[in-house]
Amino acid sequence: MRMVMTGNYASAYGAKASRAEVIAAYPITPQTSIVEKLADFVSSGEMNAKYIPVESEHSAMAACIAAETAGARTYTATSSHGLTLMHEVLMWASAARLPIVMTNVSRAMAPPWSVWVDHMDSVAQRDTGWMQFFCESNQEVLDTIIMAYKVCESRGVMLPAMIIEDAFILSHTSEPVDVPDQEIVDSFLPPYNPELKIEPGKAMGFGSLVRPDQYMEFRYKAMQAMRDAHDRFLRVEKEFKQVFGREYGGLLDTYRCDDAEVVLVAAGSTAATAKDVVDAMREKGQPVGLARLRAFRPFPHEEFRALASKVSGMGVLDRSYTFGAAGAFYTEIKASVYSCQKRPVMKNYIAGLGGRDITPKILEKIFEDIQLTAKRGGGDEVEWVDVAGLPRRWR
Amino acid sequence: MTKTTIPEEEFTYPGSTGCPGCGANLVMRYLLKGLGDRTVLSIPACCWAVMPGYWPSNCLKVPILYTAFEATGAGISGLRAAYDAKGVKDVTVVGFAGDGGTVDIGLQALSGAAERQTDAIYVMYDNEAYMNTGIQRSGATPWGAWTTTTPGGATKNYKHEPKKDIMAIMQAHGIPYAATVSVAHPEDFVKKAQKAKSLKGLRFIHALSPCPPGWRMSPQLTVEVARLAVDTHLFPLYEIDDGRLRITRKGKGTPVKEYLKIQGRFSHLDESQVDSIQKTVDERWAKLLKRESEGA
Repeated sequence: MRMVMTGNYASAYGAKASRAEVIAAYPITPQTSIVEKLADFVSSGEMNAKYIPVESEHSAMAACIAAETAGARTYTATSSHGLTLMHEVLMWASAARLPIVMTNVSRAMAPPWSVWVDHMDSVAQRDTGWMQFFCESNQEVLDTIIMAYKVCESRGVMLPAMIIEDAFILSHTSEPVDVPDQEIVDSFLPPYNPELKIEPGKAMGFGSLVRPDQYMEFRYKAMQAMRDAHDRFLRVEKEFKQVFGREYGGLLDTYRCDDAEVVLVAAGSTAATAKDVVDAMREKGQPVGLARLRAFRPFPHEEFRALASKVSGMGVLDRSYTFGAAGAFYTEIKASVYSCQKRPVMKNYIAGLGGRDITPKILEKIFEDIQLTAKRGGGDEVEWVDVAGLPRRWR
Repeated sequence: MTKTTIPEEEFTYPGSTGCPGCGANLVMRYLLKGLGDRTVLSIPACCWAVMPGYWPSNCLKVPILYTAFEATGAGISGLRAAYDAKGVKDVTVVGFAGDGGTVDIGLQALSGAAERQTDAIYVMYDNEAYMNTGIQRSGATPWGAWTTTTPGGATKNYKHEPKKDIMAIMQAHGIPYAATVSVAHPEDFVKKAQKAKSLKGLRFIHALSPCPPGWRMSPQLTVEVARLAVDTHLFPLYEIDDGRLRITRKGKGTPVKEYLKIQGRFSHLDESQVDSIQKTVDERWAKLLKRESEGA
């Protein structure tokens, strides 16, 4: 059924369509309307799930971990400080190989307080062993939740995933969204049925102490699982397209990149704006393209290497910053394409922190700067965009 | 052959890696005798996180979900929700945590589980310090005790603060059942575990768990020191059932110095300090008797 809804409602409908059985959540701006909607679904009986109103995000994830270990499909949602409070148990969930799916409404970290979009919260969870999927539309949010459960619960994967919505730009902006029929979702996503679960009468330890001669093998298997999740995701998306008629371009969604001379890499809602900018510049004869980083984990190495071999310049837009280094997307992409025989000139743009608008005009200037940098054969590696007091004017 | 006064069936295999004379071994043993084999345990970081043995061994005949240190209350809520969602009946969900994991780092999650009326039993085995990490002070360490982070020294920096009253904290949550138990009184212990099992909502059990290395005493004194804790009224055995307090063992009223003197952690206390502890214990005992007579 086609409805007009926010990204947050798309998350709630995604969890409902996926038949999450246990929801444990704690409210935080701007995630609240997700958990409110889910509470409505459960209270009205539309959704057959247990809702645990926990007293913190740490407990939200800890409760999901316990419920998932007992064989229930779980869902939670959070944002910024809530996500970072979960950090310890995010690592627990992935190492315990629990296919939990969570929405993170990506928001800036304090201080100073900000409730607006920024990717620092998500990027800071890079090493927790979770898959991370950045979305550019509300439809993609809903669809990716359904796809994520299928990928996460695959026997060879068994890892958790976070679906990332940009604060307010997606979370509180309404768009038409197709909510798929429940029977069709049910045929696509079978009930969760793990090989092992904690149950009375079966004396097993989940997360027991191991010795140094046992530990690394657990991590090695998790590494293999995350690696294999790449291809698994592509297969699931292909199947999703067959059933629902929609797809989003795999782990790296390339837009007009085939004959592009320079490309910009961006994640989340900015990518949607950048696609319009690409169209406008193409009309003026500029061979530019946009590569939307959809999955930060598993990281699309091969996709980036293929792209890097074709272009002379590659800009990377980070909506977060790793202090003492550069944007995390930039450093990872650069490391990934280092082994290519032919590598583009690269430059990192730090923009849009704390909800600052990344306008079409700014994006056009970024594209022009990439073109110029490529022509020059290099230049400054990292530039902060649209910051008061800096000489370059972006607006 | 005489009939035993507690269930004969054991739910612990040999192989616990606990120290000689470990009180927590007995706490687990008596608890499971009371709860039976349909128990699912959630254990955070504590001595019992390592005592079941290295993977893939488990010295218990029940399953264990290991959780993060502060997460026991959330873990039992998650387990219960999953079993409810899946229609799994006949399961006793149990959080089993140490004193630090309960009164300090785990207090928030425990409070949440109690407020949500999670249908589970929470057991705190209280060895009165962070023993698994090597005897550091916790909020449950009693006044005057030596630990590695209250080491005394020239400034006489022993524990200067009284023990946190977790039973009062739990009672304030309005939970259906709270009880103290001792490894020196297995019949009382098992009876309370069985009673807790028969009830719904969050039930709380506070077990005093003597720790020979941490309390600086000989391993054969575990049961004796536990009995002295009850007889001196320092650790009274009582239950609060639906708000009604009942003392289950009155104890002999032995002087508290008999309890203190067999533990190295109190060996530095002078006579006036022992007297001061005696006074506090007497006042608390009188208050408890009064509460019992008033039915609260």
